[in-house]
Amino acid sequence: MTLLSRRRFLATTAGFTLALVLPTPFARAQGAPPDLPATPNAFIRVGADDTVTVIIKHLEMGQGPYTGLATLVAEEMDADWSQMRAEAAPADDTLYKNLAFGAQGTGGSTAIANSYIQMRKAGAAARAMLVEAAAEEWGVPASEITVRAGRLSHPGGREAGFGAFAAAAAERAVPQDPPLKDPSQFVLIGGQGKRLDSAAKSDGTAEFTLDIYREGMLTVVVAHPPAFGATVASYDDAGALKVKGVEMVRQIPEGIAVYARNTFAAIKGRDALEIRWDESRAERRSSSAMLEDMARALAEARVVEESGDRGALGGAAEVLEADYRFPYLAHAPMEPLDAVIEVKEGRAELWYGCQFPSIDRPTVAETLGLPMDAVRINVLLAGGSFGRRAQGNGHLAAEIAHIAQAAGRDGAFKLLWTREDDLKGGYYRPMTLHRLRAGLDSDGRIVGWENAVANQSIMAGTALEAFMQDGLDPSSYEGSNDLPYDVGARRISWARVESPVPVLWWRSVGHTHTAFAVEVFLDEVLERAGKDPVQGRLELMTPEAGRYRGVLEKVAEIAGWQGRTRAGRAYGVAVAKSFGTYVAQIVEVENGGALPKVTQVWCAVDCGVAVNPDVIRAQMEGGIGYALSAALYSAITLDGEGRVQQSNFDDYRLLRIHEMPQVHVAILPSTEPPTGVGEPGVPPLAPAVANAWRALTGQPVRQLPFAQLLS
Amino acid sequence: MIHLTVNGREMSLDVDPDTPLLWVLRDELRLTGTKFGCGVAQCGACTVMLDGMPRRSCVTPVGMIDNASVTTIEGMEGPEISAVQAAWAASDVPQCGWCQSGQVMSATALLRQIPKPTDEEIDHAMGGNLCRCATYVRIRQAIHDAARTLEG
Repeated sequence: MTLLSRRRFLATTAGFTLALVLPTPFARAQGAPPDLPATPNAFIRVGADDTVTVIIKHLEMGQGPYTGLATLVAEEMDADWSQMRAEAAPADDTLYKNLAFGAQGTGGSTAIANSYIQMRKAGAAARAMLVEAAAEEWGVPASEITVRAGRLSHPGGREAGFGAFAAAAAERAVPQDPPLKDPSQFVLIGGQGKRLDSAAKSDGTAEFTLDIYREGMLTVVVAHPPAFGATVASYDDAGALKVKGVEMVRQIPEGIAVYARNTFAAIKGRDALEIRWDESRAERRSSSAMLEDMARALAEARVVEESGDRGALGGAAEVLEADYRFPYLAHAPMEPLDAVIEVKEGRAELWYGCQFPSIDRPTVAETLGLPMDAVRINVLLAGGSFGRRAQGNGHLAAEIAHIAQAAGRDGAFKLLWTREDDLKGGYYRPMTLHRLRAGLDSDGRIVGWENAVANQSIMAGTALEAFMQDGLDPSSYEGSNDLPYDVGARRISWARVESPVPVLWWRSVGHTHTAFAVEVFLDEVLERAGKDPVQGRLELMTPEAGRYRGVLEKVAEIAGWQGRTRAGRAYGVAVAKSFGTYVAQIVEVENGGALPKVTQVWCAVDCGVAVNPDVIRAQMEGGIGYALSAALYSAITLDGEGRVQQSNFDDYRLLRIHEMPQVHVAILPSTEPPTGVGEPGVPPLAPAVANAWRALTGQPVRQLPFAQLLS
Repeated sequence: MIHLTVNGREMSLDVDPDTPLLWVLRDELRLTGTKFGCGVAQCGACTVMLDGMPRRSCVTPVGMIDNASVTTIEGMEGPEISAVQAAWAASDVPQCGWCQSGQVMSATALLRQIPKPTDEEIDHAMGGNLCRCATYVRIRQAIHDAARTLEG
């Protein structure tokens, strides 16, 4: 089995594809069973040395799918955790679809949720095939063979590892519907297995895109437009071509590409370009002017959810009102965008952290005029993404393909975006305005609630526009509707604004702003009504909001909640559901001068079955740090000519170690199907900090980041 | 010609003296454990040892360090790096992993100087290393764990 290369292996085992039909929400919505890959051999490779390698269909960008999906397989194989390995699946959406999307891709915190049954079935099938192979070899009934910690054994005294039967097992028919364990029998799911990628990520050997060097490869940097929507009017490359190491300069749709024998020459060559830009169709507004336009656009907001008496606010004893403003945010993964392509004799091979293979592969094929099967994408580890590599328009794939095409010859090319390219390059979390109104009756009870949201659509104009319904993009306002609280009559509306500034999902997407607007405004309303933030929320929660209630009660318990202030410190709470996972957080805040200093965060999470508890804890810690970074410091702003004012980490400030709070995580026990954890740790943090800050200083927070308080 | 000793090997390099050490290590020597993150000494992903002290290779032109001794994560040896890497794996510190070579280098330099650092000393030594996954809680823990290992 190990003698075959993976490509050959997949080809020889393609005949084993099963037609398992799994009940996924997506499949139900489409009214048809999904086209399912379920051959265990597309996902599992057993080596003669007993190693079990799980082929991971999701991009590993830090959130742990290598470990998570391998755990699911190992559990049903009854493998020992020490024999497990993981490697990335290539772009191939006949085998490696995300069952939540119907296409190959990673996002929406879906990796564990959509793989939970599929990977366990693959593991169970592989186990059954190994047992049958052993039964035949040993001449005993399969039912008498037991498997434990990666060892097959028979009471007659026979014992062997998986490797001994790997080749024979591969020849057997794949069981159609292997039984799965009852959760009470789980050994590895919910256990303390370590991540599979920690050692290689601690000694410099983990291989990322930038580490790929092909024979004769040129490194390319691109001069992108200085304003969004600008195009090249003319350029002079004489200076660039004089830089030692620069091989050529080409115009591509994305800008002017400089090809060089090494990275430094490419960067130096780009600096020496003289380019005149046509900005006639560019965004020339400042971000503050754009926010003012958003406020005007609210008059045209479309209703996305409405219930109850429309006159409720008019009849209220008191109406509270507040606007909340959110800036553009860059994802700023530590590894900026990069990709490697090699074009040779009518075939293209790529290496990079590809997050949406089902979009990128056809994008490359179409750009280069190649058939799909002439394009191979090797998916590598990504040094973070937080949504940045999940491109509905495949712009990185298009750029690297244009670079190869414009070279006019076969060859290998590596594209690098510098940090300045990354921060100035768009694809931001949309700048957003929320306008909230709530009506209280004379007893302080909430009788009406309005939330009008204005921002750009992420999906419109991309391959994902098909997911929009009736012109509505739920990712723009998700979390503002479907509240767990009884707030009387509700009216939620959305105004779509447009701009050439490209926008993208940023770790927890719409919840990055909706959770803040809802949980901060609610906190202000509760304070006005004289209610405790925790008790007040619990009283408002509807009977259907049981899991929200569970995390809120749990977090109050572990934080020892005693109200908004204690001994010179303030405490703030917020709760949010995103991507099916419920998270409540309580923060402890001190006055750090003009800005809050967050000293501790308590976090309760309900994500159904906890597959890898320590990965869940790590994602809550990381989500909290990522959210705190943005809440305190981050904003991408445009000046009066539409130019991005930030360029690197000196003016796009990120959280550093001395600002990281202590984090205490409680994972609620659950038998519900697992949901994701990559994003849901983010939404409650910023509102909890704002609520604590208001308690500490009396200052309401209506605009992020907090650093705005300094100006 | 620039003369350097890299991971114990003496070499002469025919490169533009303006070239940052980072790109010489990566593009010329294929020592890819050292990462690019910002190019302006703001993130620490490119941290190497220069004559035994941590240095941001992205802002260090090779022309300025002629005859220096450079150690990258690939060439690190000794009890401190071993303890740090063991602690990193035991605590599952890395998430995406991109910044971690730099974190490990800075943590090792810290433990060589201060065998049992306080939280404040860790903040001071590690403040120049950004981690976008915010693995800071575990970095702090792993440094304390490594210090205990070294104590024996």
